[in-house]
Amino acid sequence: MIGSEQESTHRTIERVARESYGRLVAYLSAHTRDVGSAQDALSNALVAALETWPRDGVPQNPEAWLLTTARRSFIDLVRHRQVAEASEPTLALLRDESKHMTLSPEFPDERLKLLFVCAHPAIDPAMHTPLMLQTVLGLDAARIAHAFLISPTTMGQRLVRAKSKIRDGGIRFEIPQQRELPQRLDAVLEAIYAAFGIGWDDMAGVDQRGRDLAEEAIWLARVLLHLVPGEAEVHGLLALMLHCEARRAARRGPDGRYVPLLEQDSQRWSLPLIEEAEGHLAEAASRGRTGRFQLEAAIQSVHAERARSGRTEWTAIMLFYEQLVHISPTLGTRTAYAAAVGEANGPDAGLAVLDGIGPDAVAAYQPYWAVRAHLLQRLGTTPEAVDAFDRAIGLAEDPAVRQFLLQRRG
Amino acid sequence: MQFALLIFESPEAFAARNADENDPYLGAWRAYYKALVEADIYVGGNPLQPPETGTTVRLTDGKRRVQDGPFADTKEQLGGFTILELPSLDAALEWAARCPAASIGAVEVRPVSPEFKRRVTG
Repeated sequence: MIGSEQESTHRTIERVARESYGRLVAYLSAHTRDVGSAQDALSNALVAALETWPRDGVPQNPEAWLLTTARRSFIDLVRHRQVAEASEPTLALLRDESKHMTLSPEFPDERLKLLFVCAHPAIDPAMHTPLMLQTVLGLDAARIAHAFLISPTTMGQRLVRAKSKIRDGGIRFEIPQQRELPQRLDAVLEAIYAAFGIGWDDMAGVDQRGRDLAEEAIWLARVLLHLVPGEAEVHGLLALMLHCEARRAARRGPDGRYVPLLEQDSQRWSLPLIEEAEGHLAEAASRGRTGRFQLEAAIQSVHAERARSGRTEWTAIMLFYEQLVHISPTLGTRTAYAAAVGEANGPDAGLAVLDGIGPDAVAAYQPYWAVRAHLLQRLGTTPEAVDAFDRAIGLAEDPAVRQFLLQRRG
Repeated sequence: MQFALLIFESPEAFAARNADENDPYLGAWRAYYKALVEADIYVGGNPLQPPETGTTVRLTDGKRRVQDGPFADTKEQLGGFTILELPSLDAALEWAARCPAASIGAVEVRPVSPEFKRRVTG
């Protein structure tokens, strides 16, 4: 009896921690800009909860309990910091705030400001996603380090450095002005999508860690949508991720073998997720402002159509990619455009697009070689095709993809 | 900056060296080597004979100790090394993850120490 009660208390703590983590960190750091101390304070509060809740029972308002405890710890942390002159304004702010706090049990949701801070132009873009995962979702540095293929110590140091910059660099917790909002929002969306992409590539569908990161990204996008409900691109991003997520089970054969999109059994796609994605895409379209993520979602929507029609409309996909390359001419979109052109207009046309990409850019870019190998092979097995396959195999990280390409190469 | 990729392989991976030309592990290595050369980062490297061909020497209290086999007796053994010229550890870890041994053994990345080499070689 006691054991199961304790278990349920632990579950409550886990749930509150997950749901409230970002809200509490955002609120604690919004005025002081001290994200690091806010996180330390919240960690202390969670430890205190693990000690006292199983003994005294879960408080009526667990979130308010955590906030009060974390705020007390925050004041201690700041007080103990040696640099007295630097912490005095923080302390003053906290004192002002605690007066205000006792008056209202509800506290404002500052997560949107925290998201904008994490993707601030003054912060190294490579750190936008790790910062978000750590401060809004509470993932630990080691787990983020695995996903980003960086040593845990280095990731820890980079996160600390980024948080010092937020604290000392005058980065303000605020919603950007209307005129810079689209660009700033874009950085937030990019960072969320990067988390999803890592979760997606990472041992695609077999690795629990990878699956979690994709789920975390979807959760972040839902939080963002809740905070800025009217933005078309947020709907677009969510639609894109849900479309991809719908195909997760179909990406691997029963023996763990890699199954490319075109060979996937569409019966194994998740219809509820596809429907949800379509809903967001329609919502985005009704706003009348197109954008990168809506276009990518539209492409995935055409692919999803195969579940109903049994065929893939390559011309439609090609035209969407054409627009996408126009607004976002990255190596990734140009390579994907070439693949679509190859399907719609034949391998020669696709290869011509690939040839337009500079050779230096593609030396270590695996998808380019995979697409090139595929298109060359459709023209016949030439030494050139075998060579492209070798490059794609040599650059592949996922053993299932490597195996797939080795078999295709013949 | 130069990094060494120290390639640790399982007994199965060592055994795969005697497999025929169509062995996927061998194929993956050939492709990986090609990718390193084409990316213009390959400096050098060599595979090593299996661990049981190793002989370990040390001097304890002035006495020679010679041991059959490798220095450490673990399941995965040093099977070879590759030296790459890369701008950062981040880039080196990316190439290590692509190494065919990474998914069945392990790849340790270590910066080469040119300073110490200079002190030794003069």
